[in-house]
Formats: sequence, C-alpha cells, structure tokens
Amino acid sequence: MSYFLETLVGGLLAGTMYSMVAIGFVLIYKASGVFNFAQGSMTLFAALTFVCLKERGLSVGLSFVATALTMVLVGLLIERLLLRRLVNRSPVTLFMATLGLSYIVEGVAQAIWGADVHGLDLGIEDTPMPLPFGIRVSRFDLWAAGAAGALVVALSLFANRTRIGLSLRAVADDPLAAVSLGVRLPVIWRTVWSLAGFVGLVAGLFWGSRSGVQFSLTLVVLKAMPVLIIGGFDSIVGAIVAGLIVGASEKLAEVYVGAAIGAGLENWFPYAMAVGFLLLRPSGLLGGKAIVRV
Amino acid sequence: MSLLVVDRISLSFNAVKALTDVGFDVARHEICALVGPNGAGKSSLLNVLCGVYRPERGRVVFDGEVRPFMRPREAAREGIGRTFQSLAIFKGMTVLENVLTGRNLAFTSTWFELALGVGRARREESAQRDEAERVLEFLDLQRYRHAVASTLAYGLQKRVDLARALASRPKLLLLDEPMAGMTADEKREMSRFVLAVNRDYGTTVLLIEHDMSVVMNLSDHVVVLDYGRKVGDGPPDAVRSDPEVLRAYLGTKRRVA
Repeated sequence: MSYFLETLVGGLLAGTMYSMVAIGFVLIYKASGVFNFAQGSMTLFAALTFVCLKERGLSVGLSFVATALTMVLVGLLIERLLLRRLVNRSPVTLFMATLGLSYIVEGVAQAIWGADVHGLDLGIEDTPMPLPFGIRVSRFDLWAAGAAGALVVALSLFANRTRIGLSLRAVADDPLAAVSLGVRLPVIWRTVWSLAGFVGLVAGLFWGSRSGVQFSLTLVVLKAMPVLIIGGFDSIVGAIVAGLIVGASEKLAEVYVGAAIGAGLENWFPYAMAVGFLLLRPSGLLGGKAIVRV
Repeated sequence: MSLLVVDRISLSFNAVKALTDVGFDVARHEICALVGPNGAGKSSLLNVLCGVYRPERGRVVFDGEVRPFMRPREAAREGIGRTFQSLAIFKGMTVLENVLTGRNLAFTSTWFELALGVGRARREESAQRDEAERVLEFLDLQRYRHAVASTLAYGLQKRVDLARALASRPKLLLLDEPMAGMTADEKREMSRFVLAVNRDYGTTVLLIEHDMSVVMNLSDHVVVLDYGRKVGDGPPDAVRSDPEVLRAYLGTKRRVA
C-alpha cells in the first residue's frame, strides 16, 4: 500500500513539471487563440540565459531577474515583429508562424550562448525525503510542485487584482466586446507573451536542472501536448489537473502494467490517454466548448 | 446639431451588398430606432459605427468630426458604447467586474504606478469602483454585484451588458436588439431602463428592435432599412403609416431591385 502511495505521490509531484510547461501555452492560447509551438524553445532560451549568466558569476537572484527581464523583451519583440503583422490570419497560419519562430528562438539562443550542454544546479538535492504514512518522495519534486503552486497563485492574483489582468480576462472571454470597450489587443498580447516567457523561465529552471540545459529541452513542448489535450487548451486549472493526472498515471502504468506490456510504457502512455480524450471529450476536462457564432 | 450623421454609407461582403447609400441623422439626446426585416443591414450599420466594419463608400460624422471610417478603440474613446445581439458579457466575471471593464478607458494612471500601488493609482482605483457602483445602482443590479455573470437569468445578463456599455459614460449608445428573446415583463423593464438612461444620463441611443410596440413607445425617431437601403425615416407615427415602409416591413409586395 505504501509503495502504491509513494508511486502515486511521486507521480503527482512530477506531474506539476508538466503543468508548468502547459500553463505557458494556455496563457497565450486563451488571450489570442494562438497555439504557441515556440513555448518549448522559449523555455530553453530562458534556462540557457539563466545558466550562462550564473556561470559568468552573477548571483542566482540577479540571474533570475535579468533572465526574467530578457524574457519580457523577447515577448515584446515577438508581438512587435510577428503577431502584429498576422492579425486576423487563420489559426493554421499562426501555428506555422510559431513553428518557424520556435527554430528562430532556438537559433538565436545558440548564437548568443553557444551549443554546449550546461549542468544547472539550483542547490536542491534530488534525494528522497520522508513524508507521513511512511512514504518517501524526492525533495526536488517537492520544490517543483511548490514552484508550480506559487506560479499559479501569482498568475491568479495578477488576473484578479490588476486592471490589466481584468482586461486580459475580458479578451479571453470575448475579444470583440473587449475591443468595443477600448481594450488594446496589442497590449494584451505583449503582456501574455511576456508572462509566458516568465513561465518558460520557471519551467526551464526545473526541467533544466533535472535533465541538463541543452537543446532537447525544447522537446518539453511535446510533453505538454497530452496535458493540454486532457486539460483543455484554454484552462489553467485544466493544465494543473491534467499535469497531475499525466504524472501520476504514467508512473502507475509503468510500475503496475509496465512489466506485462514492456518497458518504455511511460513514454507513450500519456499520448495514448490523450488520443482517448480526443475521441471521448475533445475539448478536454475543463476546456470551453468551441462555439461558432452565426 | 446632430450628434451622428451617417452619410451615404455603402458596404458589401464580396458580391453581397449589405448597405447601399444609407444616410440619416441622429439628433443629440434622442432615441432613434433602426428597424427592418432580417438581413436588412441593421447590425452591419451598427458595426460600421463602432468600427468593426469599414464601409466602401460614405462617411460618418460623429460629434462634429468627419471620418471615412471608425476604428474600434477610436469609437470607444470618442464616446460610442455598444451592447451585443448575442450575449457578449464576460461570463466568467462577476457583474461588478463586467462593469469595471467598461471603465477601462477612464483609467489614466500607468500600470507602473498601479504595480507600485502609489497614491494616485489607489485613489483612481477606488474612484472607478465608485463609478461602477453608481451604474449598478442605477440599473438596479447592486444585489448581483458579486454574482458570476453566467449564473444570472437571461434578462439580467442583457442588463449587465447595458451596464457595462453605460459605465464608459458614452455619448452615443448602440443597442443591438436589447430586448431580443425577452418576456413581455422583461421588455417593459428594459424599456424603462433605456428611457431612464436617455433621460438621466442624457445619452443618445440608437437601437435595433423588432418589436414594433416597443419601438413606438420608446423612440423619438425611426429609420427603416430594407435590403440595405433606407426606406423610411421620421417620427414613429409618420413612419408607421408610410406605405413604402409597410410594403418593406410587412412584405406585401417585394420591389425588384
């Protein structure tokens, strides 16, 4: 029993790492209907910038602030150079633009910081820590879960307590009505891309410190896919819940069914689950139904 | 002087002509009704006035300023507010938050000041909240201020839409079928609110409505559209007995364009 609990809790905590990446997508999708394929390379860009600044002798805090500001700048540039010129284009056009953007961001990251693999040490040990009920979970996973929680609290405070947050929710709910009230869409886009860059930074720190800061980090975009499909593309809460589901179920599947089906189940199980969701509940657990206005 | 002059506006979507040389004046402080059968171009005209569509020909004169077309933000800033035919209130927000979004343009402090929470930003924040509360009170919505908009009855949601538009204190309020789908009681109530807005706030109203008894009771001025052309324009009684309008509206005999 305690082994089951340990696997479950460990999986849930690991799942928050998926949620972190997924939240970046949801922010942009909600506010502009764009599926931002470049979220993965923004995560890499942030992690790489952080680690290289730190290696050049900046303190952790200073590197963090400098990287956060850099990500805001990246968000502003993307809005100015790309999104503003693609207003009212079809979703496929926008998706292809972010696909291209993904490689550009990756290329720029490489041009600035080089292509080496960097180790990233946040000073958190990835060692088991005893919890009640005799289960032991990784200290690192606990920190990651805490960071994901803090991120969500910060985002919801921003959305609920600030004027720009209110405008952001207005645009997500009904862009036409928001515009008729004088909300400036470019301001909203700049804001969400900056926020998504910041979310990429937090995700990049944890993913980077677990698997090294290298170009494969951009592939977290693929890890976030099942989470988005299961949770719904436009729900932050959905991203959290689905991250937990994916994290827990892939661990449980690996441990309890893996032996019968074969190793590596963990790698494809979330995708199989996502396909199941597409068939049964295409808008995800908490996603809004697409309504076509006539 | 008229608040709004619609001057020979033409608009088409590909080959379909939505509006052809439509022109009329809306006087300051009047309630003007735009009527006509479905597809007559009423909503298209409203969308031209608030900047959603750009007309091919013609111009809009609003409050003395001549424009070949409006931009949405410009329309909002110049004092044109609107409600929507299909409910477009922010469903996930509370009623108060919906109304606060209507105060969006009235904020002058930068968001840097807001982030720091300095005095001016705080004072402004509470002033906007007071203004929003006044609008809620005026439309008898105080009770629902913290209710999430989507949980309210349909008639109340329509009133929230009106409150949000009114919160920006527009000079001209465009109401796109404010009473569509309402019961007779709800229509009477909504009519009362539209009249009160017009009287107490001095807001000029241009509204689209199908219910002729509502139109006759509410409006000072009626403009009739049919197939994208204006077929009637004048005081309600004169328009009602105009044979051309009767033909268009009751469909006794279709003209061949």
